[in-house]
Amino acid sequence: MDAKKVNGSGNASKGSNEWRVKVGLAEMLKGGVIMDVTNAEQAKIAEKAGACAVMALERVPSDIRKEGGVARMASIKVIREIMATVTIPVMAKVRIGHFAEAEVLQALEVDFIDESEVLTPADEENHIWKHDYRVPFVCGARNLGEALRRIAEGAAMIRTKGEAGSGNVVEAVRHMRAIVSQMKKLTTMRDDELMREAKELGAPLELIRQIAKTGKLPVPNFSAGGIATPADAALVRRLGAEAVFVGSGIFKSSDPEVRAKAVVKAATHFDDPKIVLEAHEELGEAMRGLDVRQMEEKDMLSTRGW
Amino acid sequence: MGFGANRVKIGILAVQGDFEAHAAMLVRLGAETAEVRTPAQLEGCDGLILPGGESTTQLQFLQEEGLADAIGKFAEQRGAIFGTCAGAILLATEVENPKQDSLKLLDMTVLRNAYGRQIASDVVSGPTKLKKEPLEMVFIRGPIIERAGPDVEVLAEYAGKPALVQRDNIMAATFHPELTDDTTVHEHFLGLVAAGTRQAASSAKS
Repeated sequence: MDAKKVNGSGNASKGSNEWRVKVGLAEMLKGGVIMDVTNAEQAKIAEKAGACAVMALERVPSDIRKEGGVARMASIKVIREIMATVTIPVMAKVRIGHFAEAEVLQALEVDFIDESEVLTPADEENHIWKHDYRVPFVCGARNLGEALRRIAEGAAMIRTKGEAGSGNVVEAVRHMRAIVSQMKKLTTMRDDELMREAKELGAPLELIRQIAKTGKLPVPNFSAGGIATPADAALVRRLGAEAVFVGSGIFKSSDPEVRAKAVVKAATHFDDPKIVLEAHEELGEAMRGLDVRQMEEKDMLSTRGW
Repeated sequence: MGFGANRVKIGILAVQGDFEAHAAMLVRLGAETAEVRTPAQLEGCDGLILPGGESTTQLQFLQEEGLADAIGKFAEQRGAIFGTCAGAILLATEVENPKQDSLKLLDMTVLRNAYGRQIASDVVSGPTKLKKEPLEMVFIRGPIIERAGPDVEVLAEYAGKPALVQRDNIMAATFHPELTDDTTVHEHFLGLVAAGTRQAASSAKS
């Protein structure tokens, strides 16, 4: 169980043992809530509330939105402190296409890397070739084509992009519905129609054929971007998300401890409205949300990457 | 009992983790499965699986929802229980690295994340009493069984440490048999479940 592979010499192609343990960790996170944290103290609160993993970043998306500037990989010192504080898996974000940041995070031995549109992209054309790494990657997607391109590059988990830092679940819903309905459509198609669909979606035929057979992604399918309340978490779970990422929603609310717990409860019992109601009972004020319809294209994070 | 009287029903704790992978394996073996999130859902189950996932997350949930007590009673009534990875941690009498509370149903000491972080996760194999060939083992941020009690039988090992153990109706694996194509371990568990239900049936008659 040693052999740290350097970028370029990885062997994590589909079916390999490396690939199996990468998707395996994603499997372990199913049903849970992954919370954005910016320091060890928040990480502790998240773990205590029942988060199944934390995402270390410099600023939560709503602050990135407000303050502007270039958003990069978090400070190593902060990530290290978080890793030393909690026993649950620690994820961290890199800029789209920034494989050197990814190599740094792999050397640091974080448990999962998020190649994320929330940070300022480093490459507007190419995403990271994720098969080269031993650490698993999660990537955002708005539709099935995007999800399959990321999986083909080696992502071991897909999450909806949603609109991070907006406190508005509408984009996460749009993306989850798009992915699920496009998969459903594939299952109804004849073999001779799949090539055209592959061209249409811009996705590899092999993956298209696989989904036509199984009706689901070959990696876990999570939801992120704008989830702020327990009912939001229940909503995306009902639409097909196998777990939930919550970013600004927790630590930008008036009651992070209570809210973190409530979102975890609702994500687990997403199909029992009485328990989701219980989760809502004690809550204070949610983060202030943004109407994405009033936003300009340049302010949308979800349009980063392709 | 009417239809499917011989078909056992296995509850799978579905708080968080790879409960679906276990369900797929059990369905393949012809068992009926049920997701368990509340004590009521455990009633009527012949066996229970505690899947992989995050043991801290799962433990909090079990304690807050009254499931910890329900599982304790289930074990007392000779219900068969199988925990994998996080599930094994929950079953152990002692948890270290760091110290953590547990259900304390199987006499062993478990070290959490004992191989290191995700980068140390791997697929290996080790000798087992369940079949002639070595058993494929998927370790994901896996724990190590540092000590197994005197009455605990070691069914498989990896690198000199117990990896699959059993005492009476309770079984634990530090790896993930549900993430392989090999049904050996789950078949063994279903054997335990069947033995338990036979016993219950005969004691009900007497």
